[in-house]
Amino acid sequence: MSELEILDLSVSFATGGGDLQALNKVTFKVPEHRIVGIVGESGCGKSTLIDAILGLLADNGRIDGGEILFEGRDLTKLGAKELREIRGPRISTVFQDPMGALNPVFRVGRQMTNIQYRSGLSKREKARRAAEMLRRVRMPDPEAALSRYPHEFSGGMKQRIAIAMAMMMEPALLIADEPTTALDATLEAATIDLLLELQNQIGCSMLYVSHHMGVIAELCDEVVVMYAGEVVERGTTRQVFLKPRHPYTQRLIECDPARLAGRAEKLPTIPGDIPDLRARPSGCVFAARCSLREEVCGEPPPENVREGHMARCHRAAEN
Amino acid sequence: MLNYAVKRLGLSVVIVSVAMLLLFSMIYLIPGDPAAVALGPRATEAMREALRIKMGLDKPVWIQFWNFFASAWQGDLGREVLSDRPVAQVVLEQLPYTLALIASGIIWSVAIGIPLGCWAAVRRSSFADRLVGVLSVAVIAVPSFVIAIYALLIFAVTLRWLPAIGAGEPGDPGSQIVHLILPSLAVGLGWVGYIARMVRASMLESLEASHIRTARAFGLPDRQITYQYALKIAILPTVTLLGVGIGQMLSSAVFAEIVFARPGVGKLVYDAILTRNYPLVTGAVLVTTVLFVLINLLADLIVGALDPRVRSGF
Ligand SMILES: Nc1ncnc2c1ncn2[C@@H]1O[C@H](COP(=O)(O)OP(=O)(O)O)[C@@H](O)[C@H]1O
Ligand SMILES: [Mg+2]
Repeated sequence: MSELEILDLSVSFATGGGDLQALNKVTFKVPEHRIVGIVGESGCGKSTLIDAILGLLADNGRIDGGEILFEGRDLTKLGAKELREIRGPRISTVFQDPMGALNPVFRVGRQMTNIQYRSGLSKREKARRAAEMLRRVRMPDPEAALSRYPHEFSGGMKQRIAIAMAMMMEPALLIADEPTTALDATLEAATIDLLLELQNQIGCSMLYVSHHMGVIAELCDEVVVMYAGEVVERGTTRQVFLKPRHPYTQRLIECDPARLAGRAEKLPTIPGDIPDLRARPSGCVFAARCSLREEVCGEPPPENVREGHMARCHRAAEN
Repeated sequence: MLNYAVKRLGLSVVIVSVAMLLLFSMIYLIPGDPAAVALGPRATEAMREALRIKMGLDKPVWIQFWNFFASAWQGDLGREVLSDRPVAQVVLEQLPYTLALIASGIIWSVAIGIPLGCWAAVRRSSFADRLVGVLSVAVIAVPSFVIAIYALLIFAVTLRWLPAIGAGEPGDPGSQIVHLILPSLAVGLGWVGYIARMVRASMLESLEASHIRTARAFGLPDRQITYQYALKIAILPTVTLLGVGIGQMLSSAVFAEIVFARPGVGKLVYDAILTRNYPLVTGAVLVTTVLFVLINLLADLIVGALDPRVRSGF
């Protein structure tokens, strides 16, 4: 059974220069107890996808179509109040920016007890749970940490607090939006281990967003590759990393800094930019940057599925 | 926090000392002989000489400054010319009236301005938000003495709802409060606009912050997010603005006291200038300066109490 199932989800933003279609018919599943990675360059719609799931799209954003099925309910059809009941206890989130994710003028303990407002526990109990959770993310001296303010912690420690807050909810689904992007490599590895350990203990599913292929390979069971608001490839981590079928995925893997450690002076990048999402190309979205481009790429590519491994490319049948 | 408060208090002492130096230089540099001014044209040279010696004007300038400085810090601001009473006593008698006026001006502006600013921010770019914006700019643009005069004409003279002049019966709080309404409105109304604009702008900024997104992602109630998580940050620049703006409010208080014939430091300075009672002018200005510095100190301490980053960053 799937914890989360996204079907043909399209989202657009109203902008001064016309509608910007940030997501176009995005489809994928997050099975129970599994970790699914979403990967793609920045600007390809990863955060928009998360905001849509949480019902926190910006004021100018709207869902044009599709379904977000979670525990049997379509989140796109729920009202603000029902969504608020799900956010936190059922789906909790760790955001990218550890520096800004906590309120600077309230003590960590206050923020951690506030989010337990539905629990019905006493103030003392809530504080005890918060300290217990901080201990589980290996915060030194958890009780003292509760009475400190966020600016008294380093970036890595703040990210631990954010993880503790999310895991304290014991959610069915944990969403992590580039939680390690702002951290250095050592901290990144430690944070990933911590997420894996807690995910195992709590037994939740996880949607892990990153633009970093190496992290995804290490952590995830399945991978969804996004480009310009579309899913271009989807499969198990083995399938996608060992036999990438979409030229975009192939480029991403070639460009991953972890694979080139030490060797490259300059990081290779994929030449070109993401197309203007206000005027999507009618054919393949990646065609303009693709070295294998052919005439047929001016047509929308079909989904090519083989053994559950999907690629949206005219030449997918070849590999 | 104590550390921060002590440092900030030390800074205030330095500011007041510099203000004293400036004030002293101003008096010293004003052309003319203070003794001659004080005694009037019919005094003899011998009388002037005697007063000059009494006022210490025959001593070198740095001794004069030291005397001024040392006695001012001890609360001795000299004697006023007309009644020969201590200046400090005369000014302190009037101070409570001005303090009450400014405090009620601040209460008006905070009690209306902060909720109005939040309300507009939550409904940004709606009709209500635009209306609040236009009204705010309008009350900011109208000078406070114009508001004072119109308030007097409409509510006291034409409608006769509220008393026109004075500060009310001594010892009768009810009457004193009724007499405060119009003058404090004149002092505070422009600030309703300022604070509403300021709170709206900083609320919009703080509602965009990523920690607000975190709070939403944990399903916290919207009211708590707006009025607790966002407002506590949005209020900080407003408190600082109020601290600095107290100088402008003091000058509005001068006009309000004149228009409504209320006792107070503003009225005192006005009358002292008309009668050339210079020691009284100097003393009143010095007391006002200290008041300004103290209110700024208070504003900074409030910001320090609200924002842990300020406390540790000082
Ligand atoms: N509120 C918004 N208004 C207009 N455009 C937006 C808004 N939010 C995101 N976008 C656009 O949507 C696209 C996807 O952005 P985002 O989801 O943040 O990408 P990612 O998280 O993958 O970096 C980008 O082109 C971005 O400019
Ligand atoms: Mg993003």
